[in-house]
Amino acid sequence: MLNRYKSKGAAAQLKRSIVRNTGLYVMSLPVVIYFIIFSYLPMYGVQIAFRNYSLTAGITTSPWVGLEHLKVFYQSYYFGRLIKNTLFLSLYSLLVGIPAPIILALMFQEVRRKKLRSVLQAISYAPNFFSTVVACGMIVMFLAPNTGVIPVLMEALGLNMSTSILTNKDAFRHIYVWSGIWQNVGWSSLIYTAAISGIPTDQYEAAAIEGASHLQQIIHITLPNLAPTITILSILAMGGVMSVGYEKVYLLQNDLNLETSEVISTYVFKTGLLNKKPRYSFSAMVGLFNSVVNLFLLSSVNMLSRRISETSLW
Amino acid sequence: MTSNVSNIIKPTPADRVFRYVALFFLLVVMVLLTYPLIFVINASFTDPLKLYSSPLLLYPKGFNLGSYSIAFANSDIWIGYRNSLIYTFLGTIVNIVMTILGAYPLSRKDFTGRNVLTFFYSFTMFFSGGLIPYYLVVSGLGLVDNIWTMIIPGAVSVYNMIIMRTFFSTNIPTELEEAAKIDGCSNFRLLLSVVLPLSTPILAVLSLYYGVDHWNGYFHAMIFLNDRNRYPLQLFLREILIQNQMSDMLQIATDEKYAQRMMDQLGLKYVVIVVSTLPIFIIYPFLQKFFNKGVLVGALKG
Repeated sequence: MLNRYKSKGAAAQLKRSIVRNTGLYVMSLPVVIYFIIFSYLPMYGVQIAFRNYSLTAGITTSPWVGLEHLKVFYQSYYFGRLIKNTLFLSLYSLLVGIPAPIILALMFQEVRRKKLRSVLQAISYAPNFFSTVVACGMIVMFLAPNTGVIPVLMEALGLNMSTSILTNKDAFRHIYVWSGIWQNVGWSSLIYTAAISGIPTDQYEAAAIEGASHLQQIIHITLPNLAPTITILSILAMGGVMSVGYEKVYLLQNDLNLETSEVISTYVFKTGLLNKKPRYSFSAMVGLFNSVVNLFLLSSVNMLSRRISETSLW
Repeated sequence: MTSNVSNIIKPTPADRVFRYVALFFLLVVMVLLTYPLIFVINASFTDPLKLYSSPLLLYPKGFNLGSYSIAFANSDIWIGYRNSLIYTFLGTIVNIVMTILGAYPLSRKDFTGRNVLTFFYSFTMFFSGGLIPYYLVVSGLGLVDNIWTMIIPGAVSVYNMIIMRTFFSTNIPTELEEAAKIDGCSNFRLLLSVVLPLSTPILAVLSLYYGVDHWNGYFHAMIFLNDRNRYPLQLFLREILIQNQMSDMLQIATDEKYAQRMMDQLGLKYVVIVVSTLPIFIIYPFLQKFFNKGVLVGALKG
């Protein structure tokens, strides 16, 4: 009874609001339509993962096959390798990528002249504005045998550089992660710098009077104050674990490093779109598997964080 | 903050050591971060032949514009440049308009349904149908080999919309809106003549974000464009920087002009990096002052 009354009240309120603020609803309309078409329609279309879709049969009329494609994927030779590569690559990125900008932001704090500090910071985030193609192009050039800076340096140090680093499957992960740090660390540190500048100075003054050393102040004041920012950014990063930076991975791939560089997203792209005979339904299933795992990871981490630290996305 | 503290209490020797160690590491990090940029700029002005003899560069060896003239004679680069300018310009306008339209109602407390709508938008950040269904939808709309494919499918980003909503709700005084409404001002008028003039920092920052994404993106274009005349710059860059490199590694010298071609290719690579990134670096000092205004932190609170 009460519920019905409530929902009736909500409907009436909505009606009143629409009359009073018609403009706001008109404004939202194109955006809502946009998301229906480009986000929710594909979600509806994901049912082809459970069908045998072909261009002639259509999305809703092609025959149901249930979880057949998932089974094929699970039993395929690639399954273990893809999961392993995807997780390895993103967890390695997170492991380095979360602390690095915090450390950089703390180091910037040691530069006392504000002008100098902001100039240094601006320089540090310049690599962020390179496109993925340019960044990968630079990686490829810097690592190229004979002409690249890095092999030449390593040879000067007496290392044997007869094989190319780019085609070395063991080097791929390090190349991917550390070039990512090069591109993003400055930009990501901005948010921590802003958070640090929001910490009330009296906390430091009190600590200094108590005789806390500079390092102790960082550990006991700065870091705890950064904790909520760190938590939120880490949760968001966990939500992207399964999607890795596939645009970059794809550019750095070659036939010789696929064993470590093939991730789920690039596999979906190759089997579903690049293939001469695109396996739409199969790749849609692999993609769906990826999305579901992703959502699951995100919500678990979010829930965990809400329990432990009371900071969460929702 | 640190300076305030040091005014009151003199740093101990241990603190000073700590600080110098931190500054030393900062210096090392800064060198590592900037060396690739400096190297590329130097290399672009250096005769490629000299690059082969000694690949380590701290300053340009001579001043040679040969690589630049090779790049400017390359019609692909001009086509790509023109297309990317068009896509970036049109795309960013559409992005900003759509983002405002989505964000402004969400910032209004008297807008019934804003929570439902916020969920409707943000859910798409955490779950998606995936590449294949998306491809089928976009191609079903006829957006293959069509310049609108570079503009419409990415018309708004939820993340940026939330940043803008947070800016509106924290920076536009509610009293101002109420006063305008009492004066009989419609919601559109209110948005155009009260809210937007007060929002230049966020409009500038988000234009930069969107603009950079348009300028730098390659994946969408790679999937949906086949006609080379419509390629954005990044796809040509991909051919020059990555595909050629991969094929170089497998190639064996076949004719006497091969060496010269390799030289030209090498010089061209450095030049295209400089030329393609230049527009962003020209714009961004002007926008840089907005970055530190807490725009990013505001987003997190949202």
